[in-house]
Amino acid sequence: MQLTGAEALIKSLEQQGVDTVFGLPGGAILPVYDPLLDSSIRHILVRHEQGAGHMAEGYALATGRPGVAIVTSGPGATNIVTPIGNAHMDSTPIVVITGQVATGSIGTDAFQECDITGITMGITKHNFLVQSAQELPRAVAAAFHLATTGRPGPVLIDVPKDVSQSKMEWWYPSTIEEFDLPGYHPEVLLDEEAVARAVELISQSQRPVLYVGGGTLKSKASPELLAFAERTNMPVVTTLMARGAFPDSHDLHLGMPGMHGMYPAVTAIQRCDLLISLGARFDDRVTGKISTFAANAKVIHVDIDPAEFNKVRRADVAIQSNVAAVLRALDASSATPKSLDAWWKELHGWQEQYPLAFAEPELTGPLRPQHVIESIAKRAEPGTIVTAGVGQHQMWAAQHWKFEEPGTFINSGGAGTMGFGVPAAIGAKVGRPDKTVWCIDGDGCFQMTAQEMVTARSQGVPIKVAILNNANLGMVRQWQEMFYDERYSQVYLSADLPDYVKWAEAMGCAGLRATNPKEMDDVIDEANKINDVPVVIDFRTDASEKVFPMVAAGASNDDIMTYQSYRDAQ
Amino acid sequence: MTPPEPYLGVTDHTPIRLHILSVLVENKPGVLARVAGLFARRGFNIYSLAVAPAESDARFSRVTIVVDAESTPLEQIVGQLDKLVNVVAITDLAPKNAVERELLLATIKTDVDNRTTLLDVIANAGAAIIDVDATSVTVMLAGTPGGCDDLERALESYSKLELHRTGRVALPRLGKIASAT
Repeated sequence: MQLTGAEALIKSLEQQGVDTVFGLPGGAILPVYDPLLDSSIRHILVRHEQGAGHMAEGYALATGRPGVAIVTSGPGATNIVTPIGNAHMDSTPIVVITGQVATGSIGTDAFQECDITGITMGITKHNFLVQSAQELPRAVAAAFHLATTGRPGPVLIDVPKDVSQSKMEWWYPSTIEEFDLPGYHPEVLLDEEAVARAVELISQSQRPVLYVGGGTLKSKASPELLAFAERTNMPVVTTLMARGAFPDSHDLHLGMPGMHGMYPAVTAIQRCDLLISLGARFDDRVTGKISTFAANAKVIHVDIDPAEFNKVRRADVAIQSNVAAVLRALDASSATPKSLDAWWKELHGWQEQYPLAFAEPELTGPLRPQHVIESIAKRAEPGTIVTAGVGQHQMWAAQHWKFEEPGTFINSGGAGTMGFGVPAAIGAKVGRPDKTVWCIDGDGCFQMTAQEMVTARSQGVPIKVAILNNANLGMVRQWQEMFYDERYSQVYLSADLPDYVKWAEAMGCAGLRATNPKEMDDVIDEANKINDVPVVIDFRTDASEKVFPMVAAGASNDDIMTYQSYRDAQ
Repeated sequence: MTPPEPYLGVTDHTPIRLHILSVLVENKPGVLARVAGLFARRGFNIYSLAVAPAESDARFSRVTIVVDAESTPLEQIVGQLDKLVNVVAITDLAPKNAVERELLLATIKTDVDNRTTLLDVIANAGAAIIDVDATSVTVMLAGTPGGCDDLERALESYSKLELHRTGRVALPRLGKIASAT
């Protein structure tokens, strides 16, 4: 069967089971958009290519299936660089297809030419510049294989215009050998000896902590984690990338560690004698000053990517594996620590003494942002998916929303990409139309990608967006207040400019506003009743609110500040 | 990339911080850029790098990289390198477990006064003259990195027009086991 390269590309995506792509057409990718008209694949037309990338990420994180974005060459390709970098930092499986100028024009500075494979070399798991139409099916099959196996990540396929226009004889690779990836071997044999040494360390431990990272969600290991934690009675902390991997309501859960982590979670790691890292990578936002991080602990490091071992912290036992397989092996060997009664007594003491706290809400407003999140959460149905941008609102969402299921918190961790929340919410809702999707956003973040609310309305994707509008770039403001003598430099945005309600309405969405706690509860109830169009709520919050607990950048986790300790010091 | 310190040859005083990675890569466009880009963005130091098509199979090339394993642990360099999809195999050759050679070419100005001593230097180094004209000679040495260092030093007192070195290639010393990934 003779097909054009463009037809083969679309057919290859269908072969991969792709049901949705996010994109925006342009010159070099034009040939690909024609056969898309005859395909069963749903195309979500975005308003900016960055939106397409983050939607693909949101889709992937909500469904567990790779997200796909299609954009044109040149600026279309460079506009999606930020989502690619974001997906690379958070190991999110996406496949990005870019148009490219014709092969004969590459290197001539042709119109809308850019070297996107060169630009994204360091922020993709791999990328391809396809040289002939006959090679397209192989590139697509290999890209999905790479994106979804081993440590997942973004893969880019650059398709020159003449490649998509020329003819090929249809085929599709059916075996891994046909992918032509002689250097790629993601399958690993579990190192039984390493597991045995881990069992030994566990059996000697009196103060263990399970340090659960995003790899636990990626390997869908939540059931194994629950079984292992309950059998061994070990305390669990879940990183920003692992929120939802273990139920927040569970007695064994100490919450999130790190710069804005819960006091008991942060301090448990500092004082533990055994740190069992499950798909986490000792990010600086978790470790604080590395030389004082868990200084007396032995470390068992489980990761699918061996390059993570000894990168930041030396591991006493390193096990290359997905998290689920290791937990099953540890359970099979009945690995059990010593009595944890004394340890739990200490942990419970910290939980009682240092609960998550914030200032009492005032009836007249302005709103406490933490109170807004708790109020939305209280009124949300179980399994609601939450996305966030980056900043104070993101940390408050991670702290104050109680996550009970995997895949319910979608945010930008490693890259810290402002503006992630809205498009990620759209991608999540497209992938999981059965779920309610709330985006907890900041006013600064919302302004970065708000145009995608038009996409949401036009494509019938009824997400709900809560803007915690403190009229400031809040996290930067917090640092300037605490570490720069309250010298506020370029952080004020205005609460009224833009008018978020009018802006939402102009984009075809419902626009609501709340300035005090009574209005807050009412508009949340109202938003929950609106299911035909997207909703944007402008919550007027107190700009002086800060995220606590907090470990200052570069400081030791031992010097954690809580809301109470900071207030008392003032 | 700044070289960590002058290479002193395969002798007892060889700095152990230098390791040789013999890396088999797919022979595809852009692969060298991927390898070089990885070293640049991770802040790994390359001391020398040599590339040529692999002996066994036209699909592959062999990149011989001398790395500074003191500024970054070798495990980290190998681990990150191995994640490049186009990297097929990595062999770590510690200098004491490897035989290494590199090629040196130098063009030297000559006259009747220095010709005799220069010919001695060339002969002592085991180098060869591969080109001559009325005022200069081009010298070649295929030797150990230390031998090349020695010749380079010996030529310091002569007026050099050009001196090029290829960077080294290496194979495991027979009877020694290289660690491969």
